[in-house]
Amino acid sequence: MSKAGLAQFQQVFIEESLEGLDTMESSLLALDDGGDGELVHTIFRAAHSIKGGAATFGFPEMSSFTHEAESLLDEVRSGKRAIDGSIIELLLRTVDCLRGMFARAQAGEPLNDAVAEGLRNELAAAMGRGIPAGGVQARRAEDQADAWTVRFRPHPGMLASGNDPLRLIRELAGLGELRATPEFDRLPATLAGLEPSECHLGWTITLRGPVKRADIAAVFDWVEDECDLAIEAQHVVAKPAEAPIATAPVAAAANVADAGAARAQREAGAESSSVRVSIDKIDGLINLVGELVITQSMLDTFRGEYDATRVAMLEQGLAQLARHTRELQETVMGIRMLPIASVFNRFPRMVRDISQKLGKQVKLELVGEQTELDKTVLEKIGDPMVHLVRNAIDHGLETPDKRRAAGKSDLGTLKLEASHRGGNIVVEVSDDGAGLNRDAIVAKAVQRGLIASGEGLSDEAVADLIFQPGFSTAAVTTDLSGRGVGMDVVRRNVADLGGTVTIRSTQGKGSAFTITLPLTLAIIDGLTAAVGGERYIVPLVSIVESVQLKPEAVRSVAGGELFRFRGEYLPVIRLHDAFGCDNAIRAIDQGLMVVVEGDGSRVGLFVDGLIGQQQAVVKSLEANYRRVQGVSGATILADGSVALIVDIAGLVRLQGRRKAA
Amino acid sequence: MSDNHRSEALQSQYLTVNLAHEEYGVDILAVREIRGWTPVTRIPQAPHYVLGVLNLRGAIVPVIDMRLRFGLAREEYSATTVTVIVTVAGRNFGVVVDAVSDVLDVADDAIRPVPDMGTTVDTEYLKGLTATGERMVLLLDVDKLLQPQDAQMLEAALPAASDVKAVA
Repeated sequence: MSKAGLAQFQQVFIEESLEGLDTMESSLLALDDGGDGELVHTIFRAAHSIKGGAATFGFPEMSSFTHEAESLLDEVRSGKRAIDGSIIELLLRTVDCLRGMFARAQAGEPLNDAVAEGLRNELAAAMGRGIPAGGVQARRAEDQADAWTVRFRPHPGMLASGNDPLRLIRELAGLGELRATPEFDRLPATLAGLEPSECHLGWTITLRGPVKRADIAAVFDWVEDECDLAIEAQHVVAKPAEAPIATAPVAAAANVADAGAARAQREAGAESSSVRVSIDKIDGLINLVGELVITQSMLDTFRGEYDATRVAMLEQGLAQLARHTRELQETVMGIRMLPIASVFNRFPRMVRDISQKLGKQVKLELVGEQTELDKTVLEKIGDPMVHLVRNAIDHGLETPDKRRAAGKSDLGTLKLEASHRGGNIVVEVSDDGAGLNRDAIVAKAVQRGLIASGEGLSDEAVADLIFQPGFSTAAVTTDLSGRGVGMDVVRRNVADLGGTVTIRSTQGKGSAFTITLPLTLAIIDGLTAAVGGERYIVPLVSIVESVQLKPEAVRSVAGGELFRFRGEYLPVIRLHDAFGCDNAIRAIDQGLMVVVEGDGSRVGLFVDGLIGQQQAVVKSLEANYRRVQGVSGATILADGSVALIVDIAGLVRLQGRRKAA
Repeated sequence: MSDNHRSEALQSQYLTVNLAHEEYGVDILAVREIRGWTPVTRIPQAPHYVLGVLNLRGAIVPVIDMRLRFGLAREEYSATTVTVIVTVAGRNFGVVVDAVSDVLDVADDAIRPVPDMGTTVDTEYLKGLTATGERMVLLLDVDKLLQPQDAQMLEAALPAASDVKAVA
C-alpha cells in the first residue's frame, strides 16, 4: 500500500480509536460505580480493536502498549482477577496515555514517551509479571526532586482566556530559583504575520529547590487545557549547572496535563475534520435530493414547449421545487445539530478526579443529554461548563464531615441539566452544597472598592459580584480554583454566544448557575395539531397519548373541566380558548384530547385533531417580537407558513393564572 | 466638513405610503423591503393591531396593520395592499399599508411640526409633516410604532421569564 494511502486509513483509524477510548473511559467509570460484568467485555473489545488496528496501520509501539492493557483486561474478563479501584485507576491512566499517543501520531511525533514506559511497567506489575528494575521506584522518587525542567508552551489562544503566562512564571519563581529560556520557534517570519492577541512564545524553565511535582503542576492547573506542558525532574549529576538532562518517567499530575492537551488537540482536530451525523438525517437528505431530481426532470419537460395549457403544471412544479429546496436547506442545517451529550460526557471523569483529589463525595446527575444544539454553540459551551463544574465541586460542595454537620447526607449532588425553554437552550449546573456566602462576597467587594457597602443590595446583585474579573473569596487558593480567574471568563464566553449566566443561590442549601443561550437552530420532533384552521406544533416529548372522549367523560367543575384518565382526574386545557382561535371544534367527541405532560403535571390538551409528525426547526419569536405565554417559539412549515410551537409548561401556568384571575 | 456634505446630511429620503387617502412618509433607511400582502399566522395574546407573524426567509417577523394601529376602519386587503418590512433598533417588523407610492427627498428644514389638530393619526407617532406642491406628507416616527404599549407588554412578559423554581 502506498504511504499516502496508508495515511488516509490511519486518520480513520485514529478517529475510530478515539471513540473507542471514550467508550473505554465511560465504561470504566460505570464499572467504578458498580456496573456489571458486561462492561468489562465492552472495554476489552475496545482495547482489542485498538491493538489490532494499531498493528495494521503501522503503530507497533501503540499495539504493544495496548497489548499490556488487553492482557490485564483478559485476566479480569476470564475471572482470574477481581477488578478493583486500583486497576480502574490504572486503566483510566492507560486511556489518557493512549489519547496522548494518538495526538502524537496525528502530529507525526514519536509515539512512546516516558509516561507510556512508566505505565507499561505498571501494567506489567499489576499482572504480577517481572517489573523492570527500578521502574516503579524511579517514578516515586520523581515526585520530589531538587531540580526540574518545565517545558511550557502556551497555545496561541491562551491570552484570550485571561491567563497570563508571565504571571504563571512569576508564580513558579516563588517556588525556587528559576531560570526561564524563551523559545522563539513559533514566532511568525514576518511582522505582518504577528497577531498581537496571540501568544507565540514558549519557555523552557529550570527550577531549582526542593519542590514537589504537584506544586509545579498546581501552578498550571488553570491552563492545562491551553498549553503543552512537560514537567521533568533533572537527575543532578556532577555539575548541577550544566547537567545533561536525563528524562525520567512523569508522574500523574503531568499525565493529567498531557491528557488535557491531547484532548484539546483532538477537539481542535475534530472541528476541522468531521461531524457525526445520524443515519436518519442522511436518509432524509437522500430522499429530498431524490425528490429534487424528480422535480427537476419534470420541469425539464417544459424545455422549448411553452404551452398555455400547461402553465398550471409548470406552476405546480415550481412550487414543488421551492418546497424541496427549502426542506433541503433545513435538513442541511439540521446536520449541524448535535446532542449535548458529547459535552456532558467529559464530566463523569472530571468530577471523579477532582472529587477524589479534594476528598469529597460527589454524585453527578446528567439530565437532558439528548438536547440538540448547534455544533458551534456546542463547541463553545464546554469551557464555561468546566469552570462551573470545578467551582461547584471546589467551592460549592462541602466535605463529608461538614455536610454531616449541616444535616445533609455525605454524598453531595452535582446536577447538569440541559433543556429547550422558550426558544432558548438552558444549561444548568446546580449543586446542593454550601451556596454563596453573601457576607464574604460583600466584604471582599468592599475591600476591593467595588461597592461601598452591602446594604440595600439584593441577593442577585451580590451574586453578580462574583463575575467581576479577579474576584475570589476563597481564603486559601487551592490548585483548582480560587485564583479569581474564571467567572468573568465564563460570563464573557457565554456573552460571546449571545447568552447570559444567572445565579440562584441559597446559603447552606446550594447554588445553581444557569446558562441561557439563544437558539436559532434547535430542532424538535413535534406533532402538528389543527385548531380552527390554524396549525400548532406540540413537542413530541411532552405528549403522553391522545384519546377521543365521549362528551360525558368531561365534567365541568368550578373554574374548569376535568376528565378521567387512567385513574386520575386531569384538567382540560382547550387550546382554542387558550389561544383564542375562532371556528374551532368545541364538542368534545368531535375533537381529540391529547394528554400532555409539562412542568411535572399532566393535562389534557383539547385540539381539533392531529395532522402528522414533523421535525420543527425552532425559531425565536423574541428576536423580532416578544415572548408569548404558552408558546416556546415558532417554526416554518413545509409550505413556508409559520406555525407556533406550544409550550406545555407555559400553557399550564397560563391556565392557572386565568383561573386565579 | 464641506458645505456639500452638510447639505447632504440635511436631506433624507422617505418612502411614501397610502393609508386611508392620506400619505405618510417612512424613513427609507428603516425600510428593509416591500412585499405584497400574504396571509400571516395569528399569534395569541397579541394586541388587536398585530396581525400575526410571517416567514421572512427563515426569520419570524411580526406584522402590524397600520390602519388598526391608528384606530382606523379595517379595509379588505386588495392587490395593492403591501407589507413594508422595517427595521427598528435591530428588530424587524412588517407594516401593512393600503399601497406604496414613491420615494420623496425631503430637506430637513422643510419638515414642519405637526399641528395638534386635523390629523387622523395620533401626533405621538408623527415626527413632522412636509408639503411638496399640492401633496402633504405626514412623516411617521417608526421607532414608536411598536411602542410604548409594546414596551410595557415586554416588561410584563419578563417576570414570566424569571418564573423558575428556586433551588430546593
